[in-house]
Order: sequence, then C-alpha cells, then structure tokens
Amino acid sequence: MREVVVIGAGMTKFGELWNKSIRDIFVEAALKAIEDAGVDYIDSMYIGSMSPGLFTEQEHIGALMADYLGITPVPATRVESACASGGAAFRQAFLEVASGASNIVLAGGVEKMTDAEDVTAALATAADQEYEVYQGITFPGLYALIARAHMHQYGTTRKQLAEVAVKNHRNGAKNPNAQFGFEVTLENVVNSTMVADPLRLLDCSPVTDGAAAVIVASAEVAKNIKKDFVRVIASAQASDTIALHSRESFTKLGSVVKAAEKAYRMAGIKPKDVNLVEVHDCFTIAEIVVSEDLGFFEKGKGGEAVEQGLTSIEGGKIPINTSGGLKSKGHPVGATGIAQIIEVYEQLLGKSGARQVKNARIGMTQNMGGSGASCVIHILEVK
Amino acid sequence: MKNVARYHREIPQRYRLEAGKCTNCGYIAFPPRLICPKCKSKKFETIRLSDEGKILTYTIIRVSAEQFSKQTPFAVGIIELNDGVRLTTQIVDTDLNNIEIGKKVKIVFRKVQEDGKAGILCYGYKAVLV
Repeated sequence: MREVVVIGAGMTKFGELWNKSIRDIFVEAALKAIEDAGVDYIDSMYIGSMSPGLFTEQEHIGALMADYLGITPVPATRVESACASGGAAFRQAFLEVASGASNIVLAGGVEKMTDAEDVTAALATAADQEYEVYQGITFPGLYALIARAHMHQYGTTRKQLAEVAVKNHRNGAKNPNAQFGFEVTLENVVNSTMVADPLRLLDCSPVTDGAAAVIVASAEVAKNIKKDFVRVIASAQASDTIALHSRESFTKLGSVVKAAEKAYRMAGIKPKDVNLVEVHDCFTIAEIVVSEDLGFFEKGKGGEAVEQGLTSIEGGKIPINTSGGLKSKGHPVGATGIAQIIEVYEQLLGKSGARQVKNARIGMTQNMGGSGASCVIHILEVK
Repeated sequence: MKNVARYHREIPQRYRLEAGKCTNCGYIAFPPRLICPKCKSKKFETIRLSDEGKILTYTIIRVSAEQFSKQTPFAVGIIELNDGVRLTTQIVDTDLNNIEIGKKVKIVFRKVQEDGKAGILCYGYKAVLV
C-alpha cells in the first residue's frame, strides 16, 4: 500500500444552522478543505451521511454535492454506516489513495438534522428496527442499558458519568466551532432532565447540523503541494451484532476491541504511544466504555479515570476529546467521523490554540455506529 | 409500522416466540436466521422460546419516538430467557421503581404500538415481574 497523508481540512460551525441547507453546509466545508490543502483538482469524493433521506428527504447526495461543488464529472459516493459514516468515508478515501487508484480524494461528512420531523425515530433506524426499536427503545435508551450494566458490574457512579460531560464541555468551550461551547458543572449535569434512566439530558450529545471535509493524498503527491501534513498510519474497521441484546457483554464493545487491535497492529504502536484520542462520546457512558476498550484503562476503570482527571488535556495519561467531543462540539452524525480527523490533524500540526496538547505526535480517532455495531478507527502521525 | 406485509412476516416471532434452533450446534436464533453465526450450518428446526427469564439491564424511556409518546414513561429491558436467548422488551404492569437487575419476569402477549387512528394495531411480547 502507498503512504497516505491528510493535507487539508475544513468544517462549518456545528449547531442549529436554520438558514443553511444540507448542500450549503457541505460545500462550505469542502471548499475550506480544498483551499486549506491548496489543491487544484480532486480525483474522487466520498461523503459520510447517515440518513439525508430521513432528515431532509434528499438521497443521492454524492452527485448533488459534486454538482454544487462544481466538480462534475468527478466520481462522488455517499457512504453510510450510521453514526460511523464519516469515519467509513475517510476509510474509503484512504483505501482508494493507498491502492494507487487515485492521488487526491476528498473525504467529507454531512448531516442536516434540524430539518427532520422526528429526529429520535430517524436516529433509531441505526438499531434493529424490528427487534429493538419496535419495542420503543431509543438511542439514549440503548446507551442507558449499557450504563446501567456498567454501573452494576463495575460500580461506575452517576458522578463519573457527569465528569465526562464536564470535561468535554471544558474542552469545547475552547473550540470556536462547537455547538455548545460553554462549560457546565457537575450540578448542571446531575440535575438536568432525565431522558432514559440513568442518562440525563447533559449525558447526551445534541441534535446538530454540520459538515466537515478533509483532503487525503498520496505522500508522493503531497510533497509537491504542501509542507505540513500528517500521515495516516492505521485504518481499521469492525462490525458487531446490530442488536445490543445479542452480545455476550453489554459493557464491552466488541467492534471497538477488534478495530483497535487491527489499528494498533497496522501502526505498530501500543495504547501508551497515543498522545490524544477523539472518541465517539454520543453519550457519557460511551466515552467511559470506549476508553477501556481502546486499552487506555483497565476494564471497569474508565469512570475512575475521568474522575481523576487522567483524560483531561493536562491530565498526563491520555487527553480524550480535546475538541469537546460529540457532547459539546455537537454531533451531526455523518460529519462526526471527519470532524474527529480534523481535530487530530490540527492537534498534530500544533494548530489547536487554547486546547493544544503539547508535543502531540500520534493521535487516534474512534467513530462508532449504532450501539457499537460499527466501529472505525484511524491513527495519524506527524513526523 | 405502515406496511402490512412487513408486520405480518414477523408474527410467528412476535406472537408465539418462534425461533430457529441450529440442528448442528444447538444455537438458538431469535429471530430465525438463514445461517448459524456460530457453526455456519444452514439447518434449523423451529422451536418456541421459554416464556420465563430474568432482567439483565433496563432503562426508563422518558423521551420516546412519537408513536410511543402516549405510553411514556415506560420501562425497557434486556431479558435473558431460561433457554439462554436474550431479547429487548418493555417491562410493564409494575411501579417503575420496582424494576431491578436480576428480577424474574414472565413474557406476555400485549399490544405494543399503533399506527395512528386508522392504522394497524401492532402486537407482540412484553415482560411482567413475577
């Protein structure tokens, strides 16, 4: 495989973007990425989007975006793996460049969620529609089942869940693109409205409009275009049963464990070599479980780790979600995986301002679909 | 649930807890599958699941999709039946504070949802504490 690098990035502000359409936000992000990379052509484009059909009644957005970006007849394809759509789109771009089929590929993600009638029902299509959703379960509900099991099995506390939200909002307050870029207190979280016991409103990522894009290129081509870029040293993906109830464990995400094993092997590194990680904190419990399954903490100790500050930017062990995560930055589902790549890309290039991790050389992204039925992991490195 | 065929084809599972038991390795697939995820055999016999089990984990849904809004709040849990099969279902007929991990339940036949005023009524299984 050829060496693959990221040479440019762009994203919209995340939030309730009432005056902008799905095509407006995608083109805005894509143009920023193209400008940042300094490229004058792209060979193809992959767009992660979970459900433009349900959210905006628009499918076929590959061609739509190529059209509005003014790049037809460049091939353009939408990639869907629920909330891991962005990560999956990036992986397709990576594979296409690594294979030698293309030199420069745009990997983007977009979701326009505020146009939807029933967002809860649209998101629930990422679970087993006939055997989970039929019974009335929601996404906060599925992660609540995981949270209850984790608390029961390992003694994870209500306060530890809240600490994830407090930390991520503290980071997000330093991110100008964050939807909810302000700090929250433990009291705010534990007194917020109950959504699905034990998860409250401030345990949940929000409904968000947003788009993000990066330019992926072969290292060979990149050298002639740009001086500063980051290498993609691992791309891995794994699946698990669609229904949470079909899994042997509700407190360990098998797809995360499997994808992480493959990613560490491909990169030739261990968890201790990672300087920062963006994880899929769609709910506070998800960050705790994933931080364990990625090998940063022993199983059952993820709650204690966040409580002790080990995952903060200055915490010493492993900064998690320096961008504010899905919780504070926002979660336009299809765009999230790409926005995670952008955070790591900027961190590795030292462009993260007030939330910069010092001497960051290796960063990881973990993007997840459904209750963990899909997981995509990437590892990036700067020389 | 706006499509009658889609509803109709799940009736054996939802009304009668019919599952597929792999005749090679004994794995029970609920709902039935065409290939065994454990041994890759394609031969199954139809069985009916146990209607008794216990709660492995649960939550109280307080914000639901629209078709469940009249029932909210309601409990949903993952139940392990006595034959080892697990399923997601509502836990009903109880004060929500009585639900705990490990408590025994029985599976009963109930109305699950309805498609508006003129749509089909949708039935299936729910769990009650015993």
